[in-house]
Amino acid sequence: MATTATVHAHAAPQGFIRKYVFSLDHKVIGIQYYFLALAAVFVGMFLSLLMRIHLVWPNYSLPFFGDIKPETYIMLLTMHGTIMVFFVLTTAPQSGFGNYFLPIQIGAPDMAFPVLNMLSFWTTLVSFIVMLAAFFVTGGAPLHGWTGYAPLSAVPSAGPGEGLGADLWIISIAIFCLASLMGALNFITTTLDLRAKGMKLMRMPLTCWAWFVTAILGLLAFGVLLSAGILLLLDRNAGTSFFVPGGLNFTGRLAFPPGGLNPDGAPITHSGGSPLLWQHLFWFFGHPEVYIAILPGMGVASQLLSTFSRKPIFGYKAMVYAILAIGILGFVVWGHHMFMSGMSPYTAFSFSIMTMGIGVPSAIKTFNWLGTIYKGKVRFSTPMLYAIGFVSLFVSGGLSGPFLAQPTLDIQLHDTYFVVGHFHLIMGVAAIFGMFAGTYYWFPKMFGRMMSETLGRWHFFITLIGTYAIFMPMHYLGMAAQPRRYSQFTELAYLQGLMPLNRFITYAAFVTIGAQFIFVINLFWTMFKGPKASDNPWEATTLEWTTATPPPHDNFGGQTPVVYHGPYEYSVPGAPKDYVMQTDPAGVPAH
Amino acid sequence: MGLALLAVIWLITLLSTYFFVAKTWWLPHGASAAAPWIDGQFALTFWLMGIVFVAAQLGLGYFVWKYRERPGSAPVEYSHGNTKLEIIWTTLTAILFVGLNLMGSTVWAHERFEPAKPGSVQVEATGAQFAWFFRYPGPDGTYANVQAKNISAEEQNPLGMDIESADAKDDVVSGVLYLPVNREVDITLRSQDVIHSLFIPSMRFKQDAVPGLAIHMHFTPVETGDYEIVCAELCGLGHYKMHGMLKVLSQEDFDKWLASKEAEKQ
Repeated sequence: MATTATVHAHAAPQGFIRKYVFSLDHKVIGIQYYFLALAAVFVGMFLSLLMRIHLVWPNYSLPFFGDIKPETYIMLLTMHGTIMVFFVLTTAPQSGFGNYFLPIQIGAPDMAFPVLNMLSFWTTLVSFIVMLAAFFVTGGAPLHGWTGYAPLSAVPSAGPGEGLGADLWIISIAIFCLASLMGALNFITTTLDLRAKGMKLMRMPLTCWAWFVTAILGLLAFGVLLSAGILLLLDRNAGTSFFVPGGLNFTGRLAFPPGGLNPDGAPITHSGGSPLLWQHLFWFFGHPEVYIAILPGMGVASQLLSTFSRKPIFGYKAMVYAILAIGILGFVVWGHHMFMSGMSPYTAFSFSIMTMGIGVPSAIKTFNWLGTIYKGKVRFSTPMLYAIGFVSLFVSGGLSGPFLAQPTLDIQLHDTYFVVGHFHLIMGVAAIFGMFAGTYYWFPKMFGRMMSETLGRWHFFITLIGTYAIFMPMHYLGMAAQPRRYSQFTELAYLQGLMPLNRFITYAAFVTIGAQFIFVINLFWTMFKGPKASDNPWEATTLEWTTATPPPHDNFGGQTPVVYHGPYEYSVPGAPKDYVMQTDPAGVPAH
Repeated sequence: MGLALLAVIWLITLLSTYFFVAKTWWLPHGASAAAPWIDGQFALTFWLMGIVFVAAQLGLGYFVWKYRERPGSAPVEYSHGNTKLEIIWTTLTAILFVGLNLMGSTVWAHERFEPAKPGSVQVEATGAQFAWFFRYPGPDGTYANVQAKNISAEEQNPLGMDIESADAKDDVVSGVLYLPVNREVDITLRSQDVIHSLFIPSMRFKQDAVPGLAIHMHFTPVETGDYEIVCAELCGLGHYKMHGMLKVLSQEDFDKWLASKEAEKQ
């Protein structure tokens, strides 16, 4: 392993461009990914605010979008979902924190392929720019939702935004897939080949396990999405028929505005394609994708609950096996998105059983988190608050899963706000709590300064209460059959009684989004003015806390760390302090 | 801080649970034969998951407060876990989740594995941007062939039926879904353009209409009345406007309505 490290060693760059822009240093690349995701999350959040405004005050002109057209809302939701899933949930927890801390936590000087690493970041940035460009082309952004179901996504005459906007959307996602594949290869190779002496797999921090398994999921999932995207592009532009069946009619005689979208359009000439094929390919990626979003958060939560409870993680091995089980089962549950799609009901039955199965490792993790706090000594630093919030949200979002996993109940709940509430709590907000936890926890190491605890606490409590106030009522709306992806609720009589609740959600969104500026102020103020951080401010045990703050170019200043035991040795009886670093040769009791 | 956290987590939990238990917002009134089964399974799932939810959240809030660091707090128990406990809760969770699923699957099998029984009312639902059309095959029991090139609003042929064919003579097309009460309906779902989804909340019925496929489903309305129909699959800019109405009539009224529509065609 030492030879591998030597081969990959590169001297610290001198110029600004090579140091901070086209950098090969995994730490700089991690920060670049982080800020890309931060920019994306504000775009995505702004879009969601516009959506909430439109739902409650449908006649109000939106800033930047002017007069409301029927398609405006659908474009907003498409871009909100796409930007959040790809450029936030996939980018920050894995590519951001993973890039920065995976090599350090396993004792490596850098990623296995630094050039590939740089390339994957810049490719992701290009993808983001292409995605945003869709807003500015003729017809605007696409309106096929983040899932891009064909034929809506496959036929340009299906609506405004389905022309060039949709092409850009697909191209952006294809580029993103390439970037993610490069990243995944790098993560896997690094984890397998560059671990320091003594860093056995079963001594890796759970964060590293999460990043490692997430990378495997990415490697297997993004390739399929890339292929599907290329086929969709061919259907749209080269006259192929992978997803478009014959005999479609988009003459628009019934469509509004009057005159139709495509008044002189002839029947579409495709034949023989299958709309369900797109759904299978998309969800073969799409379901593992939700674990790509949440696994790193689970890793961070485990790391922090142990650190701030001053207690070893409860059931390290069970946690590792649970991550692996989630990774494997994550690939055989995609059909639960398709219970109502026309897929065979027998197939639905087996997907349903598998889905309930994946609930088991998720539950194990929750039990173990509670077991970690139990009889510990909890320190309420801001990162810990977020880790506790993560557990709460994970439980809340997780327990609506068994409703949706049953096809019988999905008959009623599918495509209602119940689903919107479910996935936002678990893969949206819980994952974002993982990112906040990671930010408050690792910021001192990354930037050498301590973030404000006071601002952190305000941010935490408003965000926790605010996100529950937004997403919990969505379950009620879903039970009352309020369909998702509706730009207005004005057309249906039975939805009128739900308007007060919808208004409440919009008010909560205003407050919660407002509170995010506390975070931004804290982040940027601390970066320049915050109090200096020590090398190990949280008294944690993993390798990133053994090195300087911020870490030198090769992470350990020419030293290669040697690891003697597992990552969570807190409150070891007889030890001089209440934590034993992984590099501390002192013995710990066998377990 | 521990107390604040406990208070916030408990308050969120109890408030959320209150609105569920008080049924302030709940499933719409069920008026189909399957509704009691589906609602029963929903209630069972709701109670089991609700208990786990409350226990886990209250436990979390209590633990972080109880085990907070303070002067003189008890020494931390140095433990890496407990394999026996892991096995117990893994097994219990597996039994709970899979068992719950198996209990619900009989309803699913009843609704989706078996086709409609002979003698059920035949109706075809076609989704198009942005409206639903319902077609009854008439006395001959056969739907006329449809083709995209025949579609025409001017000639009152929104489905593109082959107007000249014998089958078309008695096909009735309606923008409102009329059904007789207490009779099973064999509904065939089609789409002309993109994927739509026929969702009738009070019937506990939802099924995507996929272009290129003719999907057979069935349900039995058990109460007369008017029920709103919505589109549940994103189908374009007018998705929110794509709604319709189901009118469940007595068999007698239904027959009368169908006869009058047939008479209009002659």
